[in-house]
Amino acid sequence: MPLLILIVKSLIIFTFVLMFCVAYIIWVERKVLGHMQGRLGPMHTGFHGLLQPIADILKCVIKEDIIPAAADKIVFIMAPVMSVLPAVMCLAAIPFSKNIYASNLNIGLLYLLALGSLGVYGIATCGWGGNSKYGFLGSLRSTAQLISYEVPMGLAVLGPVMMARSLNLIDIVEAQKSAWYILFQPVGFFIFIVCAAAETNRVPFDLPEAETELVAGFHVEYSGFKFVAFFLAEYMNMFTTSTLAAILFFGGWYGPFFSGPVWFMIKVYAFLILYIWVRGTFPRYRYDQLMELGWKFLLPLALANLGLTSIGIVIFG
Amino acid sequence: MFLQDEMILEMGPQHPSTHGVLRLTLRLKGETILDVDPKIGYLHRGIEKIAERLMYTQFQPYTDRLDYISAPANNLAYVQSVEKLLGIDVTPRAKFIRVILSELARISSHLVWLATHALDLGAMSMFLYCFRERELVLDLIEIYCGARLTTSCMEIGGVRNDLNQEFIDKLNDFIKMFPDKIQDYENLLTKNRIWLKRTKGIGIITAEQAVNYGLTGPALRGSGVKYDVRKAQPYAAYDQIDFEVPIGMVGDVYDRYLVRMEEMRQSNKIIRQALEKLPEGAIKIQDSRITRPNKADLSTSMEALIQYCYLIMEGIIPPKGEVYSSVEVPKGELGFYIYSDGTSKPYRMKIRTPSFFNVAILPFMSKGAMIADMVAFIASIDIVLGEIDR
Repeated sequence: MPLLILIVKSLIIFTFVLMFCVAYIIWVERKVLGHMQGRLGPMHTGFHGLLQPIADILKCVIKEDIIPAAADKIVFIMAPVMSVLPAVMCLAAIPFSKNIYASNLNIGLLYLLALGSLGVYGIATCGWGGNSKYGFLGSLRSTAQLISYEVPMGLAVLGPVMMARSLNLIDIVEAQKSAWYILFQPVGFFIFIVCAAAETNRVPFDLPEAETELVAGFHVEYSGFKFVAFFLAEYMNMFTTSTLAAILFFGGWYGPFFSGPVWFMIKVYAFLILYIWVRGTFPRYRYDQLMELGWKFLLPLALANLGLTSIGIVIFG
Repeated sequence: MFLQDEMILEMGPQHPSTHGVLRLTLRLKGETILDVDPKIGYLHRGIEKIAERLMYTQFQPYTDRLDYISAPANNLAYVQSVEKLLGIDVTPRAKFIRVILSELARISSHLVWLATHALDLGAMSMFLYCFRERELVLDLIEIYCGARLTTSCMEIGGVRNDLNQEFIDKLNDFIKMFPDKIQDYENLLTKNRIWLKRTKGIGIITAEQAVNYGLTGPALRGSGVKYDVRKAQPYAAYDQIDFEVPIGMVGDVYDRYLVRMEEMRQSNKIIRQALEKLPEGAIKIQDSRITRPNKADLSTSMEALIQYCYLIMEGIIPPKGEVYSSVEVPKGELGFYIYSDGTSKPYRMKIRTPSFFNVAILPFMSKGAMIADMVAFIASIDIVLGEIDR
């Protein structure tokens, strides 16, 4: 019976996230960018284009699935799976409120960080499998980028962990009942949000798929449903990092007037819209500048923040 | 393929950042460019040869297709050369209308440059903002001549149409609104840290190198050389208009960006002055061997009909001789060398297009740079393949 409940819970969460937190993020992105750029965004498919994500998915599914002649076929087919699987597995550990979650892991944060770094295997194999130079360069960029930004991100999330004295995401939120950690960890939050943008390949760090440099980057050879898988993985990762930002720094589901899950989703969507806003505003970094920012600025800053947090905890308990 | 130290990467001809059909063969070590070999000719139409088979008036629409985003400026360069060959001077009103149309072409061309330059560096919104304003310019040109892209709005001996009140009203609205829009673009980019990191100190061309490579236009002025055909050999009504020629200090991508931004402001100023000073009078010279009669007269005047038929069938017949005349188009100096043998068709025509010379500096700029810089270089010299592959 508990197994059945677990399966049903997982299915509900998976469907909910897939539909409302991934498919409709894409719709929100197109709408918000449309307003920022003085154009309409989707309008014709349903009311204000609400059926657009469904139309997009249908279109991609019925597209011809091309595998280049020179591709390493097994690697080529496995790459989208390797990319999307860790992204989906992340959903298991995300608590939407004190009681709504698939699994309450006592190492929830560690689990999410570990799975987050697994996604890079999908991108690396994708660039290799397609046997395209653009794809190869994109996947190399992505690998270096993910490894570089994983380090300061790991250090940035340690602040809330040290303050809550737990890796359990529910415990971390519960510890913020009286005051959100953003008040004590603004630097940590800044580092986290920058690294999160880099980890999810969002502007200004969208180098692996910089369309004006590498045509489409790592997924240049992919079409149809395989391409959708990469797309899905990217947006799921965006969702996961936004939930992490809400959980670690903004008190998760705590807030006045509304119920827990509503507050949680408001916060998550606020971060997602922040990503979209940044996409509409900033140009893209160059590869070496991105590395420089990661290793020479964010890493020392994260270490300093960690040191100060430790001192603060020792002094103020 | 991937196990060697160096990699050959074919960028273009269908790459999104090669601005048409430029093909660059990059020799890479990692992301660093060791060498670049630009290959041109994918859009070659033999336009100079076509000119020798067509009458002077028939060739004019072909000049629209050189730099297809600033057709009026190309038109002006051509008709001015033919006028020089004929030894005629156009009416004062035509000169001012030519200035207005050329500067509108400059604004529209620079807007496309800014849009694509920003997009190449990842700033997507700028692309749409610039095209929003460019639409207004194209609307104006459409009111003037009915076409938006390949306009053929100049005519040997004058201009095609007079300015109507709707055009003047809308142009006044545009020049009032446009400086604020440029300010908006600058707010987004000029002091943006990422923009500065991506454009400052890269692709430096010294003044000496720019001159040696034959660069013209903003690519030359960005390096600090104050050469502008509008000032050096004033044509149309530029000698009666007050404007500045902006120049750069370092010669990097950022300087070329600043020069073009200021040029848009100056163009706006030039249009405002031209509108204020616009004289009354005819828009073409009254010479039945050169200019066509008004269309309205064709149904009432036998002389006009004969004149029209004569010009269509026989064309303009200039004296024997050779001329070179150039104008400052948005991308630099566009010049036409025409050798006339005294018939209605040019014996030889050579077109000096700015992008052809500007693109030659790409290999020099790119050595040791990165792939991401390469797209910034291409965008900063603002090439259009239509005039490279003539």
